[in-house]
Amino acid sequence: MIEVENVSKWFGDFQVLDDCSTQVDKGQVVVVCGPSGSGKSTLVKCVNGLEPFQEGIITVNGVSVGAEDTNLPKLRSQIGMVFQNFELFPHMTVLENICLSQMKVLKREKDEAEERGMKLLDRVDLIDQAAKHPAHLSGGQAQRVAIARALAMDPIAMLFDEPTSALDPEMINEVLDVMVTLAQEGMTMMVITHEMGFAKQVADRVVFMDEGRIEDDAGKDEFFGEPRGGRARLFLSKILTH
Amino acid sequence: MFADFDFQVIVEAAPILWRGMLITLLLTAVAIVGGILFGTVLALMRLSRFMVLSVFSGRYVDAFRSTPLILVIFWFYFAVPYVVGRPIGDLYSVLIAFTLFEAAYYCEIIRAGIQSIRQPQVHAGLALGLSQWQTTRSIVLPQAFRNMVPVILTQAIVLFQDTSLVYVVGLKDFLTAADLVATRDNRVLELYLTAAVVYFVLCFISSMWVKRLRRQYAL
Ligand SMILES: Nc1ncnc2c1ncn2[C@@H]1O[C@H](COP(=O)(O)OP(=O)(O)OP(=O)(O)O)[C@@H](O)[C@H]1O
Ligand SMILES: [Mg+2]
Repeated sequence: MIEVENVSKWFGDFQVLDDCSTQVDKGQVVVVCGPSGSGKSTLVKCVNGLEPFQEGIITVNGVSVGAEDTNLPKLRSQIGMVFQNFELFPHMTVLENICLSQMKVLKREKDEAEERGMKLLDRVDLIDQAAKHPAHLSGGQAQRVAIARALAMDPIAMLFDEPTSALDPEMINEVLDVMVTLAQEGMTMMVITHEMGFAKQVADRVVFMDEGRIEDDAGKDEFFGEPRGGRARLFLSKILTH
Repeated sequence: MFADFDFQVIVEAAPILWRGMLITLLLTAVAIVGGILFGTVLALMRLSRFMVLSVFSGRYVDAFRSTPLILVIFWFYFAVPYVVGRPIGDLYSVLIAFTLFEAAYYCEIIRAGIQSIRQPQVHAGLALGLSQWQTTRSIVLPQAFRNMVPVILTQAIVLFQDTSLVYVVGLKDFLTAADLVATRDNRVLELYLTAAVVYFVLCFISSMWVKRLRRQYAL
């Protein structure tokens, strides 16, 4: 579903991604972890074309993201994305947030979009918040709305960029629960997270990045089973103990 | 000096002053609406990735910001009929001059407003499949304008005061009307005092209102 082949990217002289290759098959969940600044967000943003890259190829569902003639808006509309800081639109209500792209991109009628929106809000347990503005939601609620907003586009894959790292500890689980259910239903997911509990529960593979390189890319059991080498081990021991 | 202050003079001058005030308000309203509309276009051009648009907009803003308004009014008074090929009247030339001049200032305000919207918000729009333009229109501009309301209104108050400069082309705005009556009836004190009070009260009320908006919406 998502293939990343030998991707390199520079910000000016600074190389953020160095020959990265990995893939996410249909229905798979791949967790991406690694220290701050290692290029995780950049890699994920390359997947839906929010960041351009200079070398390599990324294809999603057979469509090349970097190709000149690719209809990026269309491709992006099929890939859901969830951000660290939710990025709900503050000038719209919760329901409007969920309906905007359904109407503008998928050309759904307002009624249809709202019906779908309410169903998804029900699914993330927030049906009573539909008329509120994002500023009046807790972090956990806001992130669940953001997930519902992405799902409203009926995506074929979902990207998550540290969806729980801006949340108070007591709210992390309500978001992870939604993600676990999504994974169990067979959604194709690429998830940047340091929640190793989540990785152990639903990940098929774990990718470890460091300084722009993919240092480790292994099946979950292998990744957590054997002792890992060098930086990955150090990193794992650090995040698993705190 | 105040001993022979005559209220009757003011009462009699009221219709003329009122007509002047209408011109002033019309100018202010047109320049605000036109200035914001054209200023938004200029701001989008300035931030566009097309060099030609961005450079044009930059030059435009620089040109108007380095020219005194009074000169702009004067030039347009002579230049516009020349360009259009027929006289268009002082009111229209002044409306055009004000709109184009204010657009340069609003452009800078709006540009700052657009840039104050964080990039992840733009990414969120694009990630949903919205086009660049849809993202700008539905996500960036509404938030930018909301943040800009106080600055835009403050600029509007400055503009309201600046409209008095139209006296150079003989247009009878509020201040010019007061001035006319003052010299005609030789009642300088009454009329200038009235003008000052009116300007002060209107601007003061508006500023208070802007302050309240700012507090109320935490802008
Ligand atoms: N627009 C940009 N221009 C220049 N450098 C950038 C830009 N965006 C990111 N970088 C740099 O690229 C590197 C990788 O950034 P990225 O955000 O992908 O890291 P990350 O692994 O997601 O880190 P974190 O865990 O902190 O989110 C960092 O050193 C960052 O400073
Ligand atoms: Mg990141």
